Amino acid sequence: MPIDVDSVREDFPILSIKNDGKPLVYLDSAATSQKPKKVINAVTRLYRKYNANIHRGVYRISELATGEYENSKKSVAKFVNAAGMEEIVYTRNATEAINIAALSWGEQNIARGDRILITEMEHHSNIIPWQMLAARKGAYLDYVKIDRDSYTLDYASLEEGLAKSPKLVSVTHASNVLGTINDVKSIARKAHEAGAKMLLDAAQSVPHMPVDFRDIDTDFAAFSGHKMLAPSGIGVLYAKRGLLDQMQPVLGGGDMIKTVDYQEFSSNDLPWKFEAGTPNIEGAIGLGAAVKYLKKLGMENVREHEKALTRYALDKLSGIKNVSVFGPEDVEMRAGVVPFEIDGVHAHDIATIFDSEGVAIRAGHHCAMPLVTQVLKRTSLSRMSFYVYNKEEEVDKAVGAVTKVKNKFMIE
Amino acid sequence: MDIYAEEIISHYEHPHNRGKLATANAEFHDYNPVCGDDITMFLDVKDGIIKDAKFDGAGCAISIGAASMLTDLIKGKSVKDVEKMGVHTVVDMLGIDPGPARLKCATLSLKAAQKALVSYSRTVT
Repeated sequence: MPIDVDSVREDFPILSIKNDGKPLVYLDSAATSQKPKKVINAVTRLYRKYNANIHRGVYRISELATGEYENSKKSVAKFVNAAGMEEIVYTRNATEAINIAALSWGEQNIARGDRILITEMEHHSNIIPWQMLAARKGAYLDYVKIDRDSYTLDYASLEEGLAKSPKLVSVTHASNVLGTINDVKSIARKAHEAGAKMLLDAAQSVPHMPVDFRDIDTDFAAFSGHKMLAPSGIGVLYAKRGLLDQMQPVLGGGDMIKTVDYQEFSSNDLPWKFEAGTPNIEGAIGLGAAVKYLKKLGMENVREHEKALTRYALDKLSGIKNVSVFGPEDVEMRAGVVPFEIDGVHAHDIATIFDSEGVAIRAGHHCAMPLVTQVLKRTSLSRMSFYVYNKEEEVDKAVGAVTKVKNKFMIE
Repeated sequence: MDIYAEEIISHYEHPHNRGKLATANAEFHDYNPVCGDDITMFLDVKDGIIKDAKFDGAGCAISIGAASMLTDLIKGKSVKDVEKMGVHTVVDMLGIDPGPARLKCATLSLKAAQKALVSYSRTVT
């Protein structure tokens, strides 16, 4: 069932604001998403009706808060088809999730001379933790190349990387810059055949399309709540239970222990072993509400909606003189991310002029400097990205803003 | 407010004083990680006066436009005058308030010039 975008838009209070009389056209959901009333209300309901610490109190509202926190985990586990909530560790965001994997599993399993294989398409969150680990251990960090014509991973380069027997393959499901959707199921299979573990950066996929971690057969995965209608400060590290059992906690403190004496402690059961201290309870409850909202829309429908918008935007932009668009032409293998440039105009000037028209887009290196500066040879790019609440008229407004930029800079 | 005044666009498209300065005795390279603006200031300083100024690099219209105007502005000024310059100088020079999101672009060249003078005064004293 196609998404009824006008009724979806009514669920997002922010979409009715105006700047200088111009309605907000929010085309930066790959950076962070807007929040529906269901999520806002779930968070305020906690504060108003049952705010208490979890896993502590024996009184009614603490039991309620604990129950809702755990319900959130159960629905997130189902949403990505984890085996159970034991495999869902709450973190601040995808970045922290990848760092925990590096600091725990990486610290225990990567040794001097070992290799870690990532790709040229990665966000800094899936580069820096591995650079840091490699530097600590004396390990090597290898990159799968991007095919410069198709903007997809060069699968021959993947084979070369795998032939060096990496211990870990860490790859993005969908590129936040190009939108490219990678064939991660086959990458996971090949990684396993090469004897490597697989980590999936799902920050740009879980919010936008059906994702099944067990079907992909990834060992680890990471994503952020704030990109999928939930509050910021809540994210997920998924890992197969057997791995989480072997992994040492990274942070110590309350809630991650079973018993403590003067010199030693024993770790709590999964997933609490990785969640030291009072967690982001409101964030978790907001994430639970976000998952419920997305499930009601249907992730297949979300994907179809974004595919149609992406096709529309690509067609509109590609006809404009002196405008170039990057990323795969085929929307079947592309998420709702459209990076573009206007000849002779810096991305930040484009974004500022768009803003004067009420259109919010991202400009810069998109936290993917190797991709933007080395592969695409740009200092910065402009990017529009879509979500459930965007519609074709908003793309038209963006296209109108392109004309305004060209007029200002006297470009044909 | 429209920060893309015609004068700024004109300086961006035809920048003054762009390139390396062979006679420079003070220079500083600065980078704005937000925009990716990348500017090197070259100054020729003699007896406490900026005899000549040039800049090199790449960036957005605000940073390049500002660098172009600033190199015009500081030629013939004393080192002390340039050290005293601040955000208000840049706003007056551009004729617009770039706003918080773009202030770093606008002030990048002034900061580079001031840092060049700091390293210059270290070498002469």
